Amino acid sequence: MNFALIGNPNCGKTTLFNQLTGSKQHVGNFPGVTVDKKEGSIRKQEDATVVDLPGIYSLSPYTSEEIVTRDFLIREHPDGIINIVDASNIERNLYLTLQLLDLEIPTIVALNMMDVVTANGGKIDIKGMEKKLGIPIIPISASKNQGVDDLITRAVQMVRKKEIPEKRDFCSGDVHRAIHSTAHLIEEEARSHGVALKFASIKLIEGDEKMMKELEIQEPEQDIIHHIVDDMEFHCGMDREAALADSRYQYIEKLCSELVVKPHETLGQKRSVKIDRILTHRIFAIPIFLGIMVFIFWITFGVVGSTLSDWFSAGIDYLVGLADSGLQTLQVNETLRGLLIDGVCSGVGSVLSFLPTIVLLFFLLSILEDSGYMARVAFVMDRLLRKIGLSGRSFVPMLIGFGCSVPAIMATRTLSGDRDRKLTILLVPFMSCSAKLPIYAMFTAAFFEEYRALVMVSLYVGGVLIGILCGLVMKKLMFSGEPVPFVMELPEYRMPAAQSVLLHMWDRAKAFMKKAFTVIFVASIIIWFLQSFDIRFNLVSDSRDSMLADLGHLISPLLAPVGFGDWRAATALLTGFSAKEAVVSTFAVLLGVSGESAQLTALLGNIFTPLTAYCFLVFCLLYTPCVAAIATVRKELGGTRQAIGVVVFQTLIAWVVTFVVYHVGLLIL
Amino acid sequence: MILLTLDQLEIGREAMIIAVGGQGGLRRRLLDMGLTPHTKVRIRKVAPMGDPIELTLRGYELTLRLEDARKIEIEEL
Repeated sequence: MNFALIGNPNCGKTTLFNQLTGSKQHVGNFPGVTVDKKEGSIRKQEDATVVDLPGIYSLSPYTSEEIVTRDFLIREHPDGIINIVDASNIERNLYLTLQLLDLEIPTIVALNMMDVVTANGGKIDIKGMEKKLGIPIIPISASKNQGVDDLITRAVQMVRKKEIPEKRDFCSGDVHRAIHSTAHLIEEEARSHGVALKFASIKLIEGDEKMMKELEIQEPEQDIIHHIVDDMEFHCGMDREAALADSRYQYIEKLCSELVVKPHETLGQKRSVKIDRILTHRIFAIPIFLGIMVFIFWITFGVVGSTLSDWFSAGIDYLVGLADSGLQTLQVNETLRGLLIDGVCSGVGSVLSFLPTIVLLFFLLSILEDSGYMARVAFVMDRLLRKIGLSGRSFVPMLIGFGCSVPAIMATRTLSGDRDRKLTILLVPFMSCSAKLPIYAMFTAAFFEEYRALVMVSLYVGGVLIGILCGLVMKKLMFSGEPVPFVMELPEYRMPAAQSVLLHMWDRAKAFMKKAFTVIFVASIIIWFLQSFDIRFNLVSDSRDSMLADLGHLISPLLAPVGFGDWRAATALLTGFSAKEAVVSTFAVLLGVSGESAQLTALLGNIFTPLTAYCFLVFCLLYTPCVAAIATVRKELGGTRQAIGVVVFQTLIAWVVTFVVYHVGLLIL
Repeated sequence: MILLTLDQLEIGREAMIIAVGGQGGLRRRLLDMGLTPHTKVRIRKVAPMGDPIELTLRGYELTLRLEDARKIEIEEL
């Protein structure tokens, strides 16, 4: 049997899911959208599985989370629904419950945080509520793992006995009449499409276009429904959407006034108010946020992260060295050894050395997310991002982009709405990532000794400004649709549960490793191949004769209009696709120096003038993200075409901007 | 009785919702979050940059932008 776990965001759903399944779960995607789909088998119930659906407030057809949930419930027909309800916020939580009951699927309510409510003088008449709603209700505490066993037993029993929620009318008067007459009208269509009649009727009255299409309602029926709705609107003095929302909430208010004694302000609420006094303070909020971000950067990309990365890559190097000497003793073919060691191991190894950074970053980010602080960041920073059609929620992924695009793009998962997610992903590469720093360092040392800081700042700020411009254009052209409304709950601050944080970290690490061993594996082989062979497939000893250098020669004329038509520059940019740091090492190889920077900077003067050097930096800032970032884009945007689109788009932008910089520079200098 | 829109309500003041305007996904979201007629709301605070605002309703905290708050008619209590 298959259960769907549904509830509002921030009501302890993830914690309950972890309690239900233990660590036996796997994360996938819902078809077509990048909304996490977590599945697992319920502990001690071998034949029972549970799917964790996205946290939603309603079954409206607007956000991708809501649509995913609706489609899952209607099309996959789960055997039962476990609806988690936050007892300390019961009114708004029951709003979703009422909608679930219309689906005629066996439903059980897991009443979470009951312990907090009782401890603060609150009371809920559970027996009374069961009777009123016509479904079983089990009080639990997900964080303390109380009541979960009862929940499982009762849920399984419910499905075995096929306990469909008893019919209740939540709407009265005019709304009830409208639902009744519509149901009468569409009985046939609902049955033949396998959609619960009451749910379908309500959706049609709400003016749900998606349902209208799904049921293939014909025009005469549509007209009658319009008539029914007009009549209802006239009688209750509200339009269709308000009338239904209002009647649901009125029912809940009445129910709660009879059966619920509201608790006093709980300890958690008092604490939240106190914390918020500081963290969303009019003056201190922004400095504190920036301070937290600096701290996270310092940890992940600075001290701890880089030490861990160094250890990790030292470990990898050691293993690769072992493999290398092993292959040598076995006298394996030189070329094959080159492929395995220089191609695969060093390519995948260099990407894998990011793993500690990513794990650490996601550890800290999931603490921010689970504690409730991320919602405050959105609240504080919203104004800044609104102009480009995003909300404050996108701020954190973009900031992380300054460290590394890969985790930044992965972090867009927590954004609600496909549109926001996509737009944010497209803007992340404009934040100059830390791997580009060695390039900037090498060139500023060689050409701009005096204006080092100025050049650096101009690059970072330039990237952001061009990103904003692109955002404005993209908002107009590609994302003209309705943005996810910024109507967001500010949840109570909570101590993050170790289990969720660790599981989240593990998920991210797994996703990253999968990428390292698939896309990046292949890319490493291709780059190695291009570097090691010439056009007639002879092994080359000098990479100046390689196919990659030929490619560099081939595309260098394209780069002449932007200031640097030298084939070595073109080749360096090509290798930069595997990782940005490679640009530096390629210059070293092609100029025939062994990485000694003084010599290297002197030789760079033969290729670049200060102006063209600056142009090269601008190009590096903006052109295609590295293969690891593109692989992440491919996963998160859900397609190879989109990923290639990003490569082309970024390179085009880089070319145009550098062209302008070069020609303006020529005029001025 | 003074009729206002929600963006005009001062910090700490309480009001009752009269009508919810706007359209499409935004309006639906407002209604789904419990901003229905006759609901009591109180302004909690304003974000550092003056927008959005935080309010309390039905025992929880909600944030929305001033331009969206402008679409909600209220009666100050």
